[in-house]
Amino acid sequence: MMNYFKMAYRNLGRNFRRTLLSGMALAMGTALLMFIAAFFQGEMRSSMETTLRLNTGHLQVKDAEYDPDKFSVAWEYLIENPQQVSAQIEAMDQVQAATPRLFASGIVSVLEESVGVQIMGIIPDSSANDPYRDGLISGEFLTADDREGIVIGAPLAESLGLKVGDQLELLVNTSEGNVDKQKFTIRGIFSTGTTSYDKSVVLLPLAKAQAFSGAADHASMIFILLKDREQADAVAGAIQGNGLQIKTWKELNELLVLINDFSNAYLTVLNLIILGVTATVIVNTLLMSVFERTREIGILTAIGMKGRQIIALFLAEATLLALGGITFGSLIGWAISAYYSKVGVYFGDLGMSNDMLLNDRIYTELTLDSAVNLIVTAFIITILASLYPARMASRMEPVEALHGAQ
Amino acid sequence: MEVAKLTDVTRKYKIGEVETRALNGVSIIINDGEFTSLIGPSGSGKTTLLQLIGCLDQPSSGKIVINGKDTTNLNRNQRADLRKETIGFVFQFFALIPTLTAYENVEMPLLLNGKNPAERKQRTLELLDAVDMGKRANHRPDQLSGGQQQRVAIARALATNPKLILADEPTANLDTENGEQVMEIMKRLNKDTGATFVFATHDPRVIKYASRVVTLQDGLIVKDSNSK
Ligand SMILES: Nc1ncnc2c1ncn2[C@@H]1O[C@H](COP(=O)(O)OP(=O)(O)OP(=O)(O)O)[C@@H](O)[C@H]1O
Ligand SMILES: [Mg+2]
Repeated sequence: MMNYFKMAYRNLGRNFRRTLLSGMALAMGTALLMFIAAFFQGEMRSSMETTLRLNTGHLQVKDAEYDPDKFSVAWEYLIENPQQVSAQIEAMDQVQAATPRLFASGIVSVLEESVGVQIMGIIPDSSANDPYRDGLISGEFLTADDREGIVIGAPLAESLGLKVGDQLELLVNTSEGNVDKQKFTIRGIFSTGTTSYDKSVVLLPLAKAQAFSGAADHASMIFILLKDREQADAVAGAIQGNGLQIKTWKELNELLVLINDFSNAYLTVLNLIILGVTATVIVNTLLMSVFERTREIGILTAIGMKGRQIIALFLAEATLLALGGITFGSLIGWAISAYYSKVGVYFGDLGMSNDMLLNDRIYTELTLDSAVNLIVTAFIITILASLYPARMASRMEPVEALHGAQ
Repeated sequence: MEVAKLTDVTRKYKIGEVETRALNGVSIIINDGEFTSLIGPSGSGKTTLLQLIGCLDQPSSGKIVINGKDTTNLNRNQRADLRKETIGFVFQFFALIPTLTAYENVEMPLLLNGKNPAERKQRTLELLDAVDMGKRANHRPDQLSGGQQQRVAIARALATNPKLILADEPTANLDTENGEQVMEIMKRLNKDTGATFVFATHDPRVIKYASRVVTLQDGLIVKDSNSK
């Protein structure tokens, strides 16, 4: 009914600098939180995607006895006839790729230096190995029948001063518990974008890895990528095999899934804290204007304005301030997030374990969901906080208010 | 008809241990159409009395009936309603809302009373003309002289056709000429509309306009020209 907003607008204009400053505080808070939300989202997605793509896949089929911590190639821990099993799985509709992999622990040594690595025997043709193939920065990828070639990650090559065509000596722990060694020629050097991973993995063709480690026709696991990772449980149920264990990506990445699930709660808490601080600035501004306008409030009360109408007047001010600040802040936050979603934020090697891989460069990702969530939260908090000064104004006794500034 | 009837009204202020009796048992009846002047030395209780009649404040004891309505047990909102419908105020300081134009200031009580836009516009312009401020309708208070502001304040006080208009030293901050003009306007409106005026004043030049003069001293009515 009333022109509250007209009055509110003019009142805000009365002390323009103060209005601007508190509007800016809200804008900065909103922009910062929006960027944090986008960063967090990007980080979570990157971490999940990188981990699934490089480390766990969507499903893993292993021997029931498999001991994942030891990279043991003792036969009792391994799958027999892995090519046959993986071919069957790959034939399923929901499966994008299924490929056997053999893991063994080894040591790369060049001259005086040696570094512990994880040897991964792969079927080079499988599309599951695209991250390495597409990530080649020099040289070529392996071929299935290569007996002397090896592909290593860029950080490892760099730390050992190796380039394509160079030779290195590889030691392996064999299935009998011995150590065997052989010289390999570097065919290619890859980078997946995750330094901690690239430092620790070297690739051999599966057949060579099997022969070298004494694993014969065995593999550590069938690594499976699905077209839709939400199908993992369904596909897992459809795969059968005696003495095999099947794990989905959720089971393989419990920590990551947990962090992902909690990220919203975490962001909400962060929102509340930062917005709480900005709200204090707004409350302060409104309190000052309540005190300055004591007499005016008295006049309005004298001519019959009721408490709730005075509250409405101050809430209208808070609303305009919030709309301005939050809109401006959202634009800034959106712009920054958009920029870093293209350019990425470079972190380098965070030295994370292979349980939770992170790309060296994190690209922000602002979802509509989190933007709307933030905007609504910021608005509600600002309005709730301004209830305090508004109520204070509404409770002034007219006589005292009129006296106030005479 | 009685517009206001006060019976044995007291108002005490307590600051710390010290108690001030601003009003010490005042009984008075204000009749319809009167143009009453409250006079008395500083601190005699004039403002306090106006505030009580205006339902801005509540008495420590005694009974106040405004326009036939006992105000003793009214809550804040009910008092606000009573003010909105029955009473207009003119203050010593030119109590306009600084962010609103002259027009909007006069319109405010009409808005609060839920009048429709056409009615508001007609009434507001009519009132501004009545106080000779029609040409300044779109000026903000800081663009008006004291006398002009006070005339707008009078127009606002009259906006809703209140029964009772209370003015606390309306001429105190005006020079003689403007003071006379403001009093002329109030007197004319009193004649034309029959509205009842009560004003507190020290200004002897103003008192000559009054139809009734009530003298306060130490919180008591010591003289009333009606009851000679
Ligand atoms: N809010 C208050 N708190 C304490 N004492 C007050 C208050 N308001 C008024 N008084 C006291 O009540 C008495 C009457 O004050 P009031 O303002 O009614 O006098 P007045 O006749 O209007 O004086 P003046 O002509 O100076 O305006 C004075 O002694 C004053 O000090
Ligand atoms: Mg006074």
